[in-house]
Amino acid sequence: MTLPGVLGIVLFLMVVTLTVKPVGLYLYHVFDGGKTWLDPLLKPVERAIYRLGGVDPAKEMRWTEYLFALLAFNLAGFVLLYPVLRLQGVLPLNPQHLPAVGAHVAWNTAVSFVTNTNWQAYGGESTLSYLSQMWLTVQQFLSPISGLAMVLAFIRGLTRKNVSTLGNFWVDLTRAFLWVALPVAVVAAVVLIALGTPQNFAPYVVAHTLQGTKQVLPGGPVASMTSIMQFGDNGGGYFNTNAGYPFETPSAASLMFQLVLGFLVPVGLTYYFGKKTGDTRQGWTIFAAMMVMFAFGIFATYWAEAAGNPIVSHLLQHSVPNMTGKETRFGVAGSSLFEVSTTAVSWGSTAAANDSFTPIGSLILLFNMMTGEVIIGAWGVGLLGMLAFAILAVFLAGLMVGRTPEYLGKKIQAYEVKMATLAMIVPTFVILGFAAWAVTSKGGLSGIFNPGPQGLSEVLYAFSSGVGNNGSAMGGLNAASPFYTWTVGFAMLIGRFPMYIPALAIAGSLAKKQTVPPSIGTFPTNGWLFGVLLIGTVVIVGALVFFPALALGPMAEQFAMQAGHLFGGVPK
Amino acid sequence: MSGEKRERGVLGHLATAFRLAVVFAVIAGLIYPLVLTGIGQLLFPFQANGSLIVENGQVVGSALIGQSFTSPRYFQGRPSATGYLADASSASNLGPTNPSLIAQVSQALGQVLAANPGVAVTQVPVDLVESSDSGVDPDISIQAALIQVPRVARANHLGRAQVLALVVSQERGRFLGLFGSPHVNVLELNLKLEALVRGGGGQS
Repeated sequence: MTLPGVLGIVLFLMVVTLTVKPVGLYLYHVFDGGKTWLDPLLKPVERAIYRLGGVDPAKEMRWTEYLFALLAFNLAGFVLLYPVLRLQGVLPLNPQHLPAVGAHVAWNTAVSFVTNTNWQAYGGESTLSYLSQMWLTVQQFLSPISGLAMVLAFIRGLTRKNVSTLGNFWVDLTRAFLWVALPVAVVAAVVLIALGTPQNFAPYVVAHTLQGTKQVLPGGPVASMTSIMQFGDNGGGYFNTNAGYPFETPSAASLMFQLVLGFLVPVGLTYYFGKKTGDTRQGWTIFAAMMVMFAFGIFATYWAEAAGNPIVSHLLQHSVPNMTGKETRFGVAGSSLFEVSTTAVSWGSTAAANDSFTPIGSLILLFNMMTGEVIIGAWGVGLLGMLAFAILAVFLAGLMVGRTPEYLGKKIQAYEVKMATLAMIVPTFVILGFAAWAVTSKGGLSGIFNPGPQGLSEVLYAFSSGVGNNGSAMGGLNAASPFYTWTVGFAMLIGRFPMYIPALAIAGSLAKKQTVPPSIGTFPTNGWLFGVLLIGTVVIVGALVFFPALALGPMAEQFAMQAGHLFGGVPK
Repeated sequence: MSGEKRERGVLGHLATAFRLAVVFAVIAGLIYPLVLTGIGQLLFPFQANGSLIVENGQVVGSALIGQSFTSPRYFQGRPSATGYLADASSASNLGPTNPSLIAQVSQALGQVLAANPGVAVTQVPVDLVESSDSGVDPDISIQAALIQVPRVARANHLGRAQVLALVVSQERGRFLGLFGSPHVNVLELNLKLEALVRGGGGQS
């Protein structure tokens, strides 16, 4: 670890903290009837969209109707996307004459981008036409705004009383698109171009290198995709190696800019939540719990990557950090920060090869995803998951003192606790179930790349990433094989849409309830004590169930590495 | 709510879903990238077109994309899993206890030592023996350039001090003094080197 590396991470944490309030207030103005300076420009567009869509913006929806509208919208996204991937060979904007995407990979990709996962079973620059990339970019707008709408409805459930409705999905969606996603994406894309990311429609350029060989340099609308891919916490990059590819992230400056972009909405939402409850400390408590876990993760990973691989250090006869799969311009600290962020924020963009991380480094990445990506988390769904943990935490506290638990003045009863528990158990079951199937079946085993415990880590990573709608990967795994395109595809679907049902059911149930004034027996949810309890709940309930699997994967790998043990026989 | 009314509500939402998805797709999938391309081409044409370096009317590469350098005359970059293929990027993805990783590092170390006589194992920086993420990492650490100075100077009949000064002039520091790591861009360094050789800086 170097001093600039540590100070850089600390500065980054401070910058993120400083964005919380302004972003949260902006969201409050956008979604709760305030005025913004974009109104004169966007109000007419908003009205036109409602007219085109046949939307009555004044109509409120019950939770079931809200859910149906959300599912219908995501279905529409899938239906728009899949044919373009299959027909790209005959569609325009395909200067490299790339053929149609195969059925397995096209299905997996369409699911992946609709669910905000952005798992990539293909290499962008060698598989997709410019049109296909632009069409994936559409989903990079649509899936985060769907997630944002979800948490808006959930927060309304927590803060309204004696009503059965949660807002209007079409209005939430349209305002999230026009006031949040689009303006920031445009500005960010211009900044990215200025920092070096290409934006053109020219065919790939053939360069004649200094040594007299040829190198094909890809082009395309890269910046317009990269900006929303990072801001929307999508993570599906234009190129196979994603943000590690120099066109996507040409410098450490661009890397830090993209990192800040990805944090803006998820952290701002914690303030928005506090503002909506009438007590901003509620939001700050959630934010603090998230940041404590995030900071622990980043420093643990940075330490492990800086300590490096002792087997390589032995060869070089001096202690070296782990630079396999890392880019020089980002360094060890920048690469570690990006990978921990990308798993914590449920983002999935990668600037380094996770398969080549040290075992402790991979352990943190896996932990971030296995907890349900509530350590920050993507637009809406991160805060949503954390609020489900908060409901469990007050329930546990209620058990300890023998009182009916309350959260924000709402009595938490059997129905809410059952739904919150369901939202925890299903993903766990899917990750471990699919992983067990993969390591006991021919199709699953043949896709593994690295021998030994690292191979198990690859499998666990794939399903954690799929269910958590993260999208990053340990790249060695053969994600394009039929086994993994289908299993990871289903994992992504289960991780997204069925999870909406318990969440909205809780919201619908809470909205109907009366609020009770806090009494002396109420467990306060806006201070450090609750923050600690929340972290404890996330770690114990969320991650402990994965301990046996993690012991066989990254932990075993760590001990082997320390002992200088290699797997898979004699080196070639 | 009557059954008929509910049914119309369901179909109504489906219709709205498809209409809005199409409207958003036109805005985000067509207008947005086209407008951005216009802005990019107008304000930052060099970056928007891939930071291409043109010499004598021919594109020799991109300032952002690494190239394979094997000749002793040139500074050499990091090992690449793809051999510096820019249109099919990939990392090696080798795990920390994979024998292939150790074999690859040993091989790269052997090459560095053989190509740079006089350099001790302990002087070899890790970026010269471990492969990058993109396979087209354009940069190397300062130390990786420094250990190549004697060889490059010899092969080009230049003075060591001249080549060393060139490396120092190409050094790029951390962003804000904190982010990333100091490095030199190998292609740009080699282009400057060629200019120096052509400019008659060589000693005969």
